[in-house]
Amino acid sequence: MVPFNILVAVCLAYVCLLFVVAFAAERRAEQGLARWLRSPVIYTLSLSIYCTAWTFYGAVGYAARSGLEFVTIYLGPTIVMAGWWVILRKLVRIGQAQRVTSIADLISSRYGKSNLLGVIVTLICVVAATPYIALQLQSVTLSVGVFASETPEGWALPDQGATALWVAGGLSIFTILFGTRNLDANERHHGIVMAIALEAVVKLVALLAVGIFVVWGIAGGIGDVIDRVNASPIADWPLKPARWMGLTFVAAAALLALPRMFQVMVVENSDERHLATASWAFPLYLMLMSLFVLPIAVVGLGTMPEGANPDLFVLTLPLANGQGKLAMLAFLGGFSSATSMVIVCSIALATMVSNHVVTPLWLSMRQGGVRAPGDVRGLVLMSRRVSIAAILALGYTYYHLSGGSAALAAIGLISFAGVSQILPAMLGGIFWRGATRVGAALGLSVGFGIWLYSLYLPSFGPDGLLSARILAEGPAGIGWLKPQALFGIEGLDPLLHAVFWSLSLNTAVFVGASLLTFPNPVERMQGLAFVNAFDQDPGVRGWSRGGVEAEDLLTMSQGILGADEAQEFFQAEAARQGKGGFLPETTPEFIERLERRLAGSVGTATAHAMISQFAEGAAVSAQDLMAVASEAQQILEYSTQLEAKSEELARTARALQEANDKLKDLSVQKDTFLSQISHELRTPMTSIRAFSEILMDPELPGAMQQKYAEVIHEETIRLTRLLDDLLDLSVLENRKVQLTIKAANLHDLLDKAVQAASNTRPERSFVYNRDTAAEHMPVITDTDRLLQVFINLVSNARKYCDAERPELTILTRKRGGRIIVDFIDNGTGIPRESQRLIFEKFARLTDTQRAGGAGLGLAICREIMVNLGGNILYLPGQGGAAFRVSLPVKPESQQSAEAA
Amino acid sequence: MGRHVLLIEDEPHIAEAIRYILTRDGWAVTSLDEGGAALAAIRREVPDIVVLDVKLPGRSGYEILDDMRADPALSGLPVLVLSANLPREVPAALPGRGGLSRFLAKPFANADVLAAVRQMAGA
Repeated sequence: MVPFNILVAVCLAYVCLLFVVAFAAERRAEQGLARWLRSPVIYTLSLSIYCTAWTFYGAVGYAARSGLEFVTIYLGPTIVMAGWWVILRKLVRIGQAQRVTSIADLISSRYGKSNLLGVIVTLICVVAATPYIALQLQSVTLSVGVFASETPEGWALPDQGATALWVAGGLSIFTILFGTRNLDANERHHGIVMAIALEAVVKLVALLAVGIFVVWGIAGGIGDVIDRVNASPIADWPLKPARWMGLTFVAAAALLALPRMFQVMVVENSDERHLATASWAFPLYLMLMSLFVLPIAVVGLGTMPEGANPDLFVLTLPLANGQGKLAMLAFLGGFSSATSMVIVCSIALATMVSNHVVTPLWLSMRQGGVRAPGDVRGLVLMSRRVSIAAILALGYTYYHLSGGSAALAAIGLISFAGVSQILPAMLGGIFWRGATRVGAALGLSVGFGIWLYSLYLPSFGPDGLLSARILAEGPAGIGWLKPQALFGIEGLDPLLHAVFWSLSLNTAVFVGASLLTFPNPVERMQGLAFVNAFDQDPGVRGWSRGGVEAEDLLTMSQGILGADEAQEFFQAEAARQGKGGFLPETTPEFIERLERRLAGSVGTATAHAMISQFAEGAAVSAQDLMAVASEAQQILEYSTQLEAKSEELARTARALQEANDKLKDLSVQKDTFLSQISHELRTPMTSIRAFSEILMDPELPGAMQQKYAEVIHEETIRLTRLLDDLLDLSVLENRKVQLTIKAANLHDLLDKAVQAASNTRPERSFVYNRDTAAEHMPVITDTDRLLQVFINLVSNARKYCDAERPELTILTRKRGGRIIVDFIDNGTGIPRESQRLIFEKFARLTDTQRAGGAGLGLAICREIMVNLGGNILYLPGQGGAAFRVSLPVKPESQQSAEAA
Repeated sequence: MGRHVLLIEDEPHIAEAIRYILTRDGWAVTSLDEGGAALAAIRREVPDIVVLDVKLPGRSGYEILDDMRADPALSGLPVLVLSANLPREVPAALPGRGGLSRFLAKPFANADVLAAVRQMAGA
């Protein structure tokens, strides 16, 4: 006897073990040590979630009720696995290439990423899986009940509903903990896979142990069992070929279409080659699982009391024979079967619900779109967690509503029939390019509807969800619409009836609607990618003959090359093949040439992608699309470069233009300069010549002679000064001036300047404002030249300052190794527009008389200051005319010599 | 025939020389040393001939000439233009300005000035 509390303790301990295994596997995976987790053996063991509690407990019951028919449930998957090269390999390849996350994602992606299809498939899966999950809860509840009734003390056990609730709650917590830890790119769950692999071992060992005990412990060995089989009613059970074929087909379809199988087989697959191992190892596993089903059923039927539930023989036989520990092992096997199925199934369904229902809804409701990536990630994780809990809650509700009475196998088959509705759209999608979204959506809907009406709803029993009247007479008395005898076909097994009608109409509508509708471009591209999944190896290119119409290619080419050029090309190609007209044979050579021609216009990747829309033998792969993108990128970069180049050219042109303008300016300046020199020279010359001629007049009075001779003398001096200035300026401008560097006191220099300038307009009283104390500072430079500048500035002030009481303020200071001297008068200053002209040659702003010079003074000052390593600037905003002279305290060459 | 000359010249020594030359020949010479007041002075007392410098403070000789030609009352007045600028810079239109203007480059020969004034003023 196994006390109930020990049973609970063992269960908890077992779950804890699963936790540890799953956690350890996750940790190893995170550390990048997942390699051994991903062996073919683990993969094969993970496939064993096909064997749920239904297989573990129910197969025996099935055998007890229907003889060898239970074998079909193993036969279907075995056939699919044996033929893995045909379907499974392609599914896995597509799954990897398209990064498929669930079966709903597969269908949605194949048919042009249609979310409607994703929703339909999700709906089918959730509805079909709900009874299946209920089945697992029921089996665990029943098995717990077995131990309870065996308890001699007759403990007050929680009622069955409460047990199911506890199981459902516990499983949802475990699943949420390990199924939604992260958003793995490919939705892979290392921990979960490892845990269910362990559970696969536990359930196999448990069933084998019970089988061995039954055969050799209760019965008298193999021979005895065979005798018992022959003697039992099972041997007389008639083989119904239609039902066998139907069930085998449904089981095969279910293996492909069950969300949890798709999850472990395709999504969790890390290496296509594992399929090769699984193709024999998984059928072997199924064979071992089914090996002792018949003996246990026969022995159970023979030895257990009348009315004992054959679904529980695996548990009750050891218990009845006093094998408490074996029964415990069997219980754990059943528990493993149930839990592994529920965990994976709810993960798969939650992925579908969150990806195809919750997230799209949320995104469409949010007008602003996605603001932060973290937003969606959090949402998806949360919606998966909630979905897992909701799916288990649905399962529990179904269990509660259906009363947990129906035979396990019947519930399982209803589920199988439900998910097998996905099969036409799935197989059509990966083998038939003509399959369209509309076809798939209509086929799925029709099949799903018929399944609901003829199998699912009636499964709740008369007056469950469909009234007994409808079941017996059809809706509103329409006989041919009777749920279990559609179109007047009576007497068929309800399951076969439903499978037949739902799948055949599903397929017919799918094919028919696909033929009548046209796929959109995305659909067409995805269709190619799916159907030609094996031709996508990089480097494999080239086109196969057939399947493409020259006319289609011509139409497309006209759009790219232009009508004339395309027609010309096609005509030439046809002529090359010895044909007339515009339509050459679509030989691979021709398509290659066309592709190259198109590539000239739109780039190679784009051309390939476009031809791929029509031609067989190649598909648009992700690489192709990436290439399209990178081609566009290159074009963009190239045009950016061109832009930069033309920018550069424009800059160069501007620079040339500027240089040219400068040259023109220089030329104009030169002309202006010559003209000005000419004018400045001719003016004194005019006076000299005119008075010379006058002096030649013998009648000229003596006083006049004297006066005119003085004029000539004065003008000659003026002329000489002008020539001196010009020569001086020329020397200074060519930087060929010989500087005589010596030290002086700035104060003394300013004194001399004021003194020298005093004969300029001496009639005016002129006030100097000076801070003589500040002026005492040494300066080492060409002091004569500096003095020349000072004199010029002071003279200018005296000449041009138009104030009533003219004043000149001279400010001196030293700043950063430079001496700064400002000359500021209190006149009206120099107009802004003239300020930049004053240092130019001959830029005399006022009339000649007042200036008394040729207008070279400031130009010479500027050149002197440049030669002294300083500068002279006009200082605006000082009230009057203001000039700032600045120069180094000592010449730079001398400074650096001292520093060195 | 009148013998009145208006001399517009900013260089004092040149103006003095021209005045001496013309006065000695019997001309009455009025002098102006800038261009701004020239036109008003001409209108106040129309001379028989204007001797005009080009580079003048206030208003250039050519501007004054253009204004005179635009004024019907003054358009027939003879003008002798004197300039220290290079001859090629003399506006090409000058000889066409009614045939009443003549150009002399500085430095000039005193005799040329006198001859030009005599001829242009019809004396």
